[in-house]
Amino acid sequence: MSDRERSKSRDKGKDEAEETAEVTVESDTDIEALDDLLDEIDEVLEENAEEFVKNYVQKGGQ
Amino acid sequence: MAIHKVLGTETEYGIVVRGDPGFNPAAASSLVVNSYPGVRVKVQWSYEEESPGRDARGFGHDTYGLIDSEGAVVNSVLANGARLYVDHAHPEYSSPESYDPLEAVLYDKAGERVMHKAAVVASETSGRQVSLYKNNSDGKGNSYGAHENYLLSRETPFGDVIRYATPFMVTRQIFTGAGKVGKENNRPDVDFQITQRADFFEEQVGLETTLKRPIINTRDEPHGDPARYRRLHVIIGDANLSEVQVFLKLGTTALMLAALEDGAIPDPLDLLDPVEACWQVSHDLSLCRPIQLDGGGSATALELQGRYLEWFAKYVEKELDEPVWNQLIEEWERTLSLLETEPMQLADTLDWVAKKRLFEGYVARDGLEWSSAKLRALDLQYHDVDPEKGLHNRLVARGEMRTLYTNQQVEDAVSTPPQRTRAYFRGRCVSDFPDSLVAANWDSLVFDVGGSHLKRVPMMEPLRGNAERVGALLDEAEDAADLLRRLEG
Repeated sequence: MSDRERSKSRDKGKDEAEETAEVTVESDTDIEALDDLLDEIDEVLEENAEEFVKNYVQKGGQ
Repeated sequence: MAIHKVLGTETEYGIVVRGDPGFNPAAASSLVVNSYPGVRVKVQWSYEEESPGRDARGFGHDTYGLIDSEGAVVNSVLANGARLYVDHAHPEYSSPESYDPLEAVLYDKAGERVMHKAAVVASETSGRQVSLYKNNSDGKGNSYGAHENYLLSRETPFGDVIRYATPFMVTRQIFTGAGKVGKENNRPDVDFQITQRADFFEEQVGLETTLKRPIINTRDEPHGDPARYRRLHVIIGDANLSEVQVFLKLGTTALMLAALEDGAIPDPLDLLDPVEACWQVSHDLSLCRPIQLDGGGSATALELQGRYLEWFAKYVEKELDEPVWNQLIEEWERTLSLLETEPMQLADTLDWVAKKRLFEGYVARDGLEWSSAKLRALDLQYHDVDPEKGLHNRLVARGEMRTLYTNQQVEDAVSTPPQRTRAYFRGRCVSDFPDSLVAANWDSLVFDVGGSHLKRVPMMEPLRGNAERVGALLDEAEDAADLLRRLEG
């Protein structure tokens, strides 16, 4: 299953009870836009998330 | 009639030096401030005129701000009238005094550009990448501030400010939050919450800003004629990246204070326990949790904000019928209405909703835990001021978040002061007479024009010193000495 299909099926499972057909169409478009966004962000993400988070310490603030 | 709500923001930026986890934050912050390549004058900030230890409730210890010499090491005034300096372990940008909340957004955003420009040069100089973050928490229990300042009349009893502003500050969080993964400061566990700051607020009222932070800060330092003015120093807000959100935060708060001064808040809406309510509101993503009211009964933050909106829409119609306030009411109405029905639709204006959408996307796509390092890294990176690396900046570039200003307008605001406040005079003096300016404060400038004495120009009225009053005079002055002669004459 591709990432996109996986996220679609999760979203459907979550909201199935209330979703109308129209809303599903809209959220599919939104999921595509979101997937595209995540792909772009993957490119700029901190390379070593663990290291980055560990070293992010800010003392002495108001 | 309420005092005109001159306002501004002051933001401490998070700082990281890549590849050097043991870096000294005060030294790195000094490097950043010293590296700023734009037009500015390094000055002595006249600390003797400031008294951050004076308390609005009437008692005070005047030496509060004087003992810390480190905070005063690097200080500069920029051509836009802002102050750029090192506050303890952070580089800080204090915006110039703005005439209204829409203008205050522009100068708050200009601060991000100032910081980015400074970080680029600091990185070149040091050979290490210096990154700056406009946020308020390191996720490890350390918070740093994004403060707001509003001009109040001295006649406004401070007890009223405490009583009326407290419920407003607690409930406005639903649209002022910048969002945060997890909790801090021993609050209950949560995957994600609305604000960065709420976990850190432990008192309703007080003078502190670094420990036991209060919802209402009592610092009484008007930066203007103390017989006429107060300045409300708000410390409970988040640093926002979204322009619309900065507008909402500053605009609704300025409006609440104006309405308070005009007796236009019919009910103080006293909360039973505002400190508990503060983090509870932030932790409640359903926006449905009732807050207990002091007079009995309960209401949600959204319902209480709805009451403010109803009152202040009428107040604006009657007393403040200007485009900026009408625009604010319209934006506020849209926000509250969507928070009630479809909060995710606000991903184009609210930082916390934009983050939630993004993080839920990652959780769904990659099966991440909310406590994962990757989500925490994303949370921090949302606030990076770098246009390429900052996730908020990427969202804006993709047209996914609404803005109020163009890139060029924000860029211009880095070097041009507001036209309608005393910041105009300050900014123009930085541009026109940098060599003669030796000291500055919000309410004065000190010049060295060669004689036996330094010359101080007081600026005790925040709306004087604007372009209309002193623009021509500054245009005509040949040098600082000539300017001072013209001011005296």
